[in-house]
Amino acid sequence: MSDTSLRVVWVYPDLLSTYGDQGNVLVVERRARQRGLDVQRLDVRSDQPIPTSGDIYLIGGGEDRPQRLAAERLLRDGGLNRAVDNGAIVFAVCAGYQIMGHEFVNDLGERSAGLGLLDVVSSRGEAERCVGDVLGEADDQLRLPELTGFENHQGITHLGPGVRPLARVRLGNGNGTGDGTEGAWRDTVFGTYLHGPVLARNPQIADLLIKLSLDVNALPPTDDTWYEALRQERIAAATQPA
Amino acid sequence: MAGNTEPLSPRSRLAVTAGRAAAAVSRAAGRGSGSVIGGKVALRLDPDLLQRLAQHLDVVLVSATNGKTTTTRLIAEALRANGEVVSNALGANMPAGITSALAGGSDARYGVIEVDEKYLAGVARDVTPKAIALLNLSRDQLDRAGETRMLAERWREGLSGQKAVIIANADDPLVVWAASSSPNVVWVAAGQEWKDDAWSCPACGGVMQRPGDDWFCAECGFRRPLPTWALSGDHVLDPHGSAWPIHLQLPGRANKANAATSAAVAAAFGVPPQVALERMYAVKAVAGRYDVVQYQGRDMRLLLAKNPAGWLETFSLIDPPPTPVILSVNARSADGTDTSWLWDVDYGRLAGHPICVLGDRKLDLAVRLEVAGVPFQVCESPEDAVRRCPPGRIETIANYTAFQDLRRAVGN
Ligand SMILES: [Zn+2]
Repeated sequence: MSDTSLRVVWVYPDLLSTYGDQGNVLVVERRARQRGLDVQRLDVRSDQPIPTSGDIYLIGGGEDRPQRLAAERLLRDGGLNRAVDNGAIVFAVCAGYQIMGHEFVNDLGERSAGLGLLDVVSSRGEAERCVGDVLGEADDQLRLPELTGFENHQGITHLGPGVRPLARVRLGNGNGTGDGTEGAWRDTVFGTYLHGPVLARNPQIADLLIKLSLDVNALPPTDDTWYEALRQERIAAATQPA
Repeated sequence: MAGNTEPLSPRSRLAVTAGRAAAAVSRAAGRGSGSVIGGKVALRLDPDLLQRLAQHLDVVLVSATNGKTTTTRLIAEALRANGEVVSNALGANMPAGITSALAGGSDARYGVIEVDEKYLAGVARDVTPKAIALLNLSRDQLDRAGETRMLAERWREGLSGQKAVIIANADDPLVVWAASSSPNVVWVAAGQEWKDDAWSCPACGGVMQRPGDDWFCAECGFRRPLPTWALSGDHVLDPHGSAWPIHLQLPGRANKANAATSAAVAAAFGVPPQVALERMYAVKAVAGRYDVVQYQGRDMRLLLAKNPAGWLETFSLIDPPPTPVILSVNARSADGTDTSWLWDVDYGRLAGHPICVLGDRKLDLAVRLEVAGVPFQVCESPEDAVRRCPPGRIETIANYTAFQDLRRAVGN
């Protein structure tokens, strides 16, 4: 695979990179390079056009006002929707996840339009902010091990029939609807409330994104000793209350 | 401008005495200095105590995400040129700790007070400061501090209508946004290495343009104000254009910036820059930070870094490779329980240093370094880590509770 290149686009780090979201970019980059791929990383600020030629688009979490601004600029730009129409992969976290849906509630308490790439609708929860470790069983179709992550959000996301939940939570809140779902996905678009960042805690998801973009079923193995040690520690810590 | 001339009311005196008693009990029970519990007891008896204790003092408040404890020490040292100073030197920076510190300095002329960012507006209302020094604002403890821009907004609201002179960093757009609600600001070009919390204009949300050291928003015209004081290499430039050398025992660019701001504060209190800067040399370590400790035949320099901006400034002051570096990170409640900030720190800058990782969250550090492509060793204890380093200097960088753990382990 050494001649294959992978274009990784980090969408709007100036607005959406509050919770170590660069980590997801770094993990995809690192794991792709370890497989001999030539990675081109492109950080696109919100005053620049979104290129449509990327393979994997990563979008992170952010505060309420930047979230509204990001949604407005992405809608005006249109590039991300065109990229997805061309088969690109999107992995969106927290505020970015909400933007992938039909609408969310913005900092002004009004409904903001999202990109409609996921059949979900988000609102602001009345209950306390969801903060803490999350454990979840990933959707069978994704063939992923148990998911671990950290959530920190006020949002609630309702899933429509056009998506499947990314996971069912064993611990934590996930989508916050009380139905035990966490995140959403369809085809090549994924959304989650988990950070930590989530790809560092679940490198198998990073591999899934790379496999989807290369259209292969398997990747050469990597030495995942430290990822695995961290996963086991976080799973144990979450299940044994202090 | 005089010291404590009017006596406190009987109620306030009672509150101070009760606070001291509570502090003594807390100390006797082995719960630290007792200053916070003492302050809480005293404030419950007399809610206006802080205001009353401060009214005889010329007060300067110091707030920021990073560097406020050190800057408070530097300013206190400078103002002692003109009179006695009372200060919360150990960093108890919320109203109870501040009350307790002021209650201990009845003869002082100056109050030099570090204030937690979240409490700045309230404390400023209570103590009627003569000056307020604002150094920087950046992401810190994301699981509970809320939004950095909202914090700037709260500062902005709290500072409008303030009579104090605001001494603020012109190089931090969030600080400038917060301070510019005040009519009376002295701008200091103190620099700022960390830029990732201010790419978005705090006024209008436009994308900030940052050519060189300048910054501006092309959409609304919000821009860097013209500073009258500046840090320039190893010198402070005063409003007359004179350059005064900085001699500090504290290392790093960030501390030079703290010294520049402190010199501007001192000038507002009538202490000339030369006198102020000379006096700052006396500050060697601040609550154990920057201390060099002999441990198992090594010289461990203890460095505290609590958030991405702090780690960035710390990386720029450590000795070059092959000096070994020990990193220790916890995520207890005082640190913030969310470790995702580790990914905002460019650990690639440690390439070439032998690295040992420690602390409750050493595995988070391990994955972070693995992804950065930097070799490291995971260690069980400070002793284990030090054993893996050759004799000589070791740079030790830790976040809040990890730093306290390390100090205890190496007998500091
Ligand atoms: Zn603007």
